[in-house]
Amino acid sequence: MRKEIETDLLVVGGGAAGLCAAAEAGRAGAKVTVIESDLHAGGQLVKQTHKFFGSKDEYAGTRGYKIADILMEEIESLGDKVEIRTNTTVTGYYPEEGIYTAMRGEDEYYRIKAKKAVIATGAQERLIPFPNNDLPGVYGAGAVQTLMNVYGVIPGKRVLMVGAGNIGLIVSYQLRQAGVEIAAVVEAMPKIGGYWVHAAKIRRLGIPILLRHTITEALGDKIIEGAVIQELDDKFQLIGQPRTIECDVICMAVGLTPTTELFWQAGARMLYCPQLCGHVPYRDETMRTSHPDIWVAGDAAGIEEASAAMVEGRIAGHSAAKALGYPVKEEAFKQYWSRLDHLRAGEVGEKIRGGICQVIVKGWEA
Amino acid sequence: MGTTATEKEKLYNSGVLVENRAGAILPPQREWENKKGGYVIIECPQRIPCNPCATSCPTGAVRPFADINDTPEIDYTKCTGCGLCIAKCPGLACFVIDLTYGKDEAVIKLPYELIPVPEKGQTVKCLSRTGEEICEGQVLSVSEPLKDRTKVVSVIIPKKLVGEIRAIKVVC
Repeated sequence: MRKEIETDLLVVGGGAAGLCAAAEAGRAGAKVTVIESDLHAGGQLVKQTHKFFGSKDEYAGTRGYKIADILMEEIESLGDKVEIRTNTTVTGYYPEEGIYTAMRGEDEYYRIKAKKAVIATGAQERLIPFPNNDLPGVYGAGAVQTLMNVYGVIPGKRVLMVGAGNIGLIVSYQLRQAGVEIAAVVEAMPKIGGYWVHAAKIRRLGIPILLRHTITEALGDKIIEGAVIQELDDKFQLIGQPRTIECDVICMAVGLTPTTELFWQAGARMLYCPQLCGHVPYRDETMRTSHPDIWVAGDAAGIEEASAAMVEGRIAGHSAAKALGYPVKEEAFKQYWSRLDHLRAGEVGEKIRGGICQVIVKGWEA
Repeated sequence: MGTTATEKEKLYNSGVLVENRAGAILPPQREWENKKGGYVIIECPQRIPCNPCATSCPTGAVRPFADINDTPEIDYTKCTGCGLCIAKCPGLACFVIDLTYGKDEAVIKLPYELIPVPEKGQTVKCLSRTGEEICEGQVLSVSEPLKDRTKVVSVIIPKKLVGEIRAIKVVC
């Protein structure tokens, strides 16, 4: 039996960016369908127990999971304009027919005909290679957050955290809050990559951050029983003596890379951009890709903070609704861009700015 | 202190404040010593897009930011030591220290998001910026100003250690 649904705007991904895009387009009057592969919408927000940075406009000072609630309330207030389909994965895009395919759970399969789409598929975690990194007890930081903050399960008793970007620092703090000991945070760079205040917060709880250090091996037979770490020189070559760390969990927080399969299928123009952490689609100021019916927002457009993802979602939703012929407030677009510019203006935003200028185009040829 | 410039930089790069910096300075000593209620101390020396300390300050003592990436600046004539910023700051980087509590004792108000939550009167370990237990302190009060699970704990500490104590450890 062939099943097909129709919608004005398909939003792929119900995370921070996707929900904002859906809310924005729904408010303008578009019929929006959000497809979310997880059992609930909210993306990474639902795992974030810390308070967000930014300004009031990005819900600064509010915990991430509360922001997910706020966005869901906004969407519910739009009545039947926005439909969220959870436990459903967009499995492909067929540009010739303009058809997306989706699968709910394991056995329900259907087609989606959408006039426009915002692809906000987020990111995937990176791993680094070392002997025994396939042993049980080696986790991605996202998995640790899901276990602890969504399901209330601690991953182990003593953790070696690999990576001192914001994720490594925040998850170390959350582990400590859950009563788990952190043996150390190792970071290959000579400086923490995340916000300084996040590092200060765990340092004063006695968690060591070892700069210019990396993991070289996981120890254990059937499960993790320890890890070997070693110092690095300026050229990232191993120096000094290897040290054994006692731990039963190795948590990898070594970065994310954008999830972009659908853009490739759509034939969107892509660029490998190290500053944005992988291949990303070119986009104009409205977040429209080189494919005239597809917009991008959030980590799929380049790895950044959730605050920026939410604003990008607003811009994409706004612009897609406009392209569908719904009335939108022009001044909102300018306000969103001014917020994005501010969020990216600091020291940590320097890398992002360097990436964005490579992938943003003045406009697409008609 | 006998810490070399390189060691200082390494400590700072791993999240430990080693000296005053823009966005992380102690109040003027003379005014501070006589200021009932104490002054805020914000340790936020990196330019990041974040401004709740300024936007939540009821008296404008954390000067309004021109750019959201500004590091905080304090107008000490306006700070009442209310500590609302302690509860609001997403980076847990705000503290209030009142030097008028006693001859040799001061009170530090700090953010606390762990369990167990200390009780009034309880003795707790006081931790330095690197987490070393440097002395004991007595809990004067525990509140939750924004009802959002971030507690603000007031602890009586030795006055001579106000430049070092930035966290507590609760042992049952």
